Amino acid sequence: MNVQTPTSAERAAKLEGLGCKRKRVEDIRFVQGKGNYVDDLKLPGMLYGDLVRSPYGHARIKKIDTSKAAAVPGVVAVLTAETLKTVNLTWMPTLAGDVQMVLADGKVLYQNQEVAFVIAEDRYTAADAADLVEVEYEPLPVNVDPLKAMAPNAPVIREDIKDKTDGAHGKRKHYNHIFSWQAGDQAATDAAFQKADVTIKELIVYPRCHPCPLETCQCVASFDKIKGELTLWGTFQAPHVIRTVGSLISKIPEHKIHVIAPDIGGGFGNKVGAYSGYICAIVASIVTGRPVKWTEDRIENLSTTAFARDFHMQMEIAATRDGRVTAMRCYTIADHGAFDACANATKWPAGLFSIITGSYDFPTAHVLVDGVYTNKAPGGVAYRCSFRVTEAAYCIERAMDIMAQKLGMDPAEFRVKNLIRREQFPYTSATGWQYDSGDYHTAMAKAMEAVNYKKLREEQKARREAFRRGETRELMGVGVAFFTEIVGAGPSRACDILGIAMFDSAEIRIHPTGSGICRLGTKSQGQGHETTYAQIIATELGLPADNITVEEGNTDTAPYGLGTYGSRSTPVSGAATAMACRKIKAKAQMIAAYMLEVHDDDLEWDVDRFRVKGNPERFKTMTELAWAAYHEVPPGMEPGLEAINYYDPPNFTFPFGAYICVVDIDVDTGMTKIRRFYALDDCGTRINPMIIEGQVHGGLTEAFGIAMGQELHYDEDGNITTASFMDYFLPTAVETPHWETDWTETPSPHHPIGAKGVGESPNVGGVPCFSNALNDAFAFLGSTHIQMPHDAWRTWTAAEKLGLHG
Amino acid sequence: MAKSHVAMKVNGKTVEALVEPRTLLIHFLRDELNVTGPHIGCDTSHCGACTVDLDGKSVKSCTMFAVQANGADIRTIEGMANADGTLNALQEGFREMHGLQCGFCTPGMIVRAYRLLQENRNPSEEEIRYGISGNLCRCTGYQNIVKAIQFAAAKLNGVPFQEAAE
Repeated sequence: MNVQTPTSAERAAKLEGLGCKRKRVEDIRFVQGKGNYVDDLKLPGMLYGDLVRSPYGHARIKKIDTSKAAAVPGVVAVLTAETLKTVNLTWMPTLAGDVQMVLADGKVLYQNQEVAFVIAEDRYTAADAADLVEVEYEPLPVNVDPLKAMAPNAPVIREDIKDKTDGAHGKRKHYNHIFSWQAGDQAATDAAFQKADVTIKELIVYPRCHPCPLETCQCVASFDKIKGELTLWGTFQAPHVIRTVGSLISKIPEHKIHVIAPDIGGGFGNKVGAYSGYICAIVASIVTGRPVKWTEDRIENLSTTAFARDFHMQMEIAATRDGRVTAMRCYTIADHGAFDACANATKWPAGLFSIITGSYDFPTAHVLVDGVYTNKAPGGVAYRCSFRVTEAAYCIERAMDIMAQKLGMDPAEFRVKNLIRREQFPYTSATGWQYDSGDYHTAMAKAMEAVNYKKLREEQKARREAFRRGETRELMGVGVAFFTEIVGAGPSRACDILGIAMFDSAEIRIHPTGSGICRLGTKSQGQGHETTYAQIIATELGLPADNITVEEGNTDTAPYGLGTYGSRSTPVSGAATAMACRKIKAKAQMIAAYMLEVHDDDLEWDVDRFRVKGNPERFKTMTELAWAAYHEVPPGMEPGLEAINYYDPPNFTFPFGAYICVVDIDVDTGMTKIRRFYALDDCGTRINPMIIEGQVHGGLTEAFGIAMGQELHYDEDGNITTASFMDYFLPTAVETPHWETDWTETPSPHHPIGAKGVGESPNVGGVPCFSNALNDAFAFLGSTHIQMPHDAWRTWTAAEKLGLHG
Repeated sequence: MAKSHVAMKVNGKTVEALVEPRTLLIHFLRDELNVTGPHIGCDTSHCGACTVDLDGKSVKSCTMFAVQANGADIRTIEGMANADGTLNALQEGFREMHGLQCGFCTPGMIVRAYRLLQENRNPSEEEIRYGISGNLCRCTGYQNIVKAIQFAAAKLNGVPFQEAAE
């Protein structure tokens, strides 16, 4: 062979395929301020909408007077529930099978609920006029406490369904009850608890918080009266779902709705749902015949669109005296706010919460969740996690620490003893999930060694003694968390949204010169899809990643897909991409065989070419085959080189990880310093290690924010008291710790390239790890559980209750 | 509402307009001038997505009126590239070090970092973290943003960039 001929490895490296730390394609425009976000859009004649919102948490509406607002020069129209009635859009269906008011119909059910929509020539005039809409309210009793929602005399939140005994998920047992949902074996679990050596029980609350992407929710609706067509630009994580839902609600035929999601400034679950602002903008455009823009401000974002969590979990574990878990049961009250607008797969009212047995080999378990209505904003999205998985991971990881404490065992040692062993995979959990692959003990051992876990515990012991002697006012905590996620929703037998199976798609066209375009049903909000999908194609087809354009977010051009959330892009659309490539490759192989005058079976694939077995000098590169596909296909074969794949995954994927955190807490101020945070993630096959590491950094920072300070707090009158950046904690560069990342690689056996998804792991594993560290610091004083968020006030209060302030 | 006349330099070009006295600079830039690089991320001057460089200072353009910028010299992300159109050291650093994900905070972050490096040619990690603490990022966890700024500082100082050991 000619020495100048690049080796297979050299050719592979040039492709920038799987495993390459490829620089991001998106960055070129973003670093120059040339991103194209919704609010950058300006159409001729465009109007601006602004919402009038309720100051009350619960009130009857006696009267709405829009006359002063309508009289403001520049105001074009004012919409109220009465106007929406004329187009039958006062209420809209939710993803969870409930209905939700678009604009307040007779009463308001939570503070900042949408009451009227003012449309004006510019945003200042719209805001001025919104202030002039006069609404007469009669305040009603308020309930913001989910644990009191089903009390006999609790305020009726939903008068519209007060007497309905059946809901979207079966029987309702109270007028504020939404659903009961359970998994596992109650009888076997109760029996196991009966004969348990040791049990623990703790109310573990995961507070209501908010995904809070830096860009809020926004849209531009433009209705073309002549064609009867609607174009909707918006911050949509799931553009096709928005189109289908939009068509069902508005009765505009689906082919006459064009949904476009341009660049999105972060989503984290906030941008999955359909919100009142979108519907109002659409109606406003239909009414006025002009494009209408609606943009949320930050207060509107935090107080109305898509909260997360608000799970109140009564958790119990049973174990043998020598530290083997025997059963787990959890009864949860889920606060869904005033409407059940939870973004879950439709059949799963509590999401995938039954992953709560986590990484441990529980012989039996039982989970029961009751969803309730309160006077709080609707939502219940997965804030950077797969449906309700972070709640489950937080609950089990806290409970494992509490049990270890009761048994007098080290929390890491207790985990190691109960982790599912490598030879048990594929593993069926007590609640019925089939974990695809894992090597938990290797990951845990690597993590413990990396931080020198034994030495940390020795140091902690010495410092606790020093604390007892009064030599220091600082407590040291070591947090351990071992999480298992369930992502990649999902298999159609398990998951659908409003009846649409949760497959996803990729359509690839290879052009004659060997470049191409890939269009997908997912939508990046910062994950770097334009970079990583091209890497999958590069490896599969042997074409340089730079030659592949990746396009998402246009429902006219992209194949149907369910969008990006729940770490589903790589497990589902990533798989679709690989499968579409394989169709293309199969055709290319036939063309190669024809050109080389050999049988298909006589060819073998080598990085970027098919070569004749035993005669590597005879080959056709993929670039040559692309040209041939438009030029000299075998007789009878269709020309062209393209394929589409709709991928219905056979199972979910189960990424996992081992995290360890070290904190130092000043008991007199309650201030917590994060000394160290180590995160080992196993997301199966790694597509772009640079992007994975970036995702882990970001997810950990969100976890840090949640664990240490984030809470959407309501006072007893239903006022939300944390609805701006003044009081909703977002970490800055100063508080954010330094992150140490590490990995193991256990491919998914059922995914075409073995990838599992990673974006949400650090949030799922990070929150319990921080909380365990904080709790661990106080555990030797007899404290079992301090509720999140662990801000200085709560931590100081915990110290005060333990008598540490003298 | 009566309008006031303003004139200012934006990315080297003089612009003149009639604006309402209450018009925020960020809205003037975005809606009137179509300078859409600076973004709006909050209502309370916390997030820094709207940061511009104004007469040699980093300014959150949601916190001043366009009329207050009368006569000012403003630079936004759109004016950051080198004269020949190539990426400047910070833009290159953000890409090389993966200092951005969704890109929404990036224009403000780069403009802020530009001023930080003008004031301190060789900042420590701690100085960088304090220096960008008025700019929120929800995606990156800041670690790679710090590296991106260190990369740019090294490049501007003509020294090789060395990543700190993990």
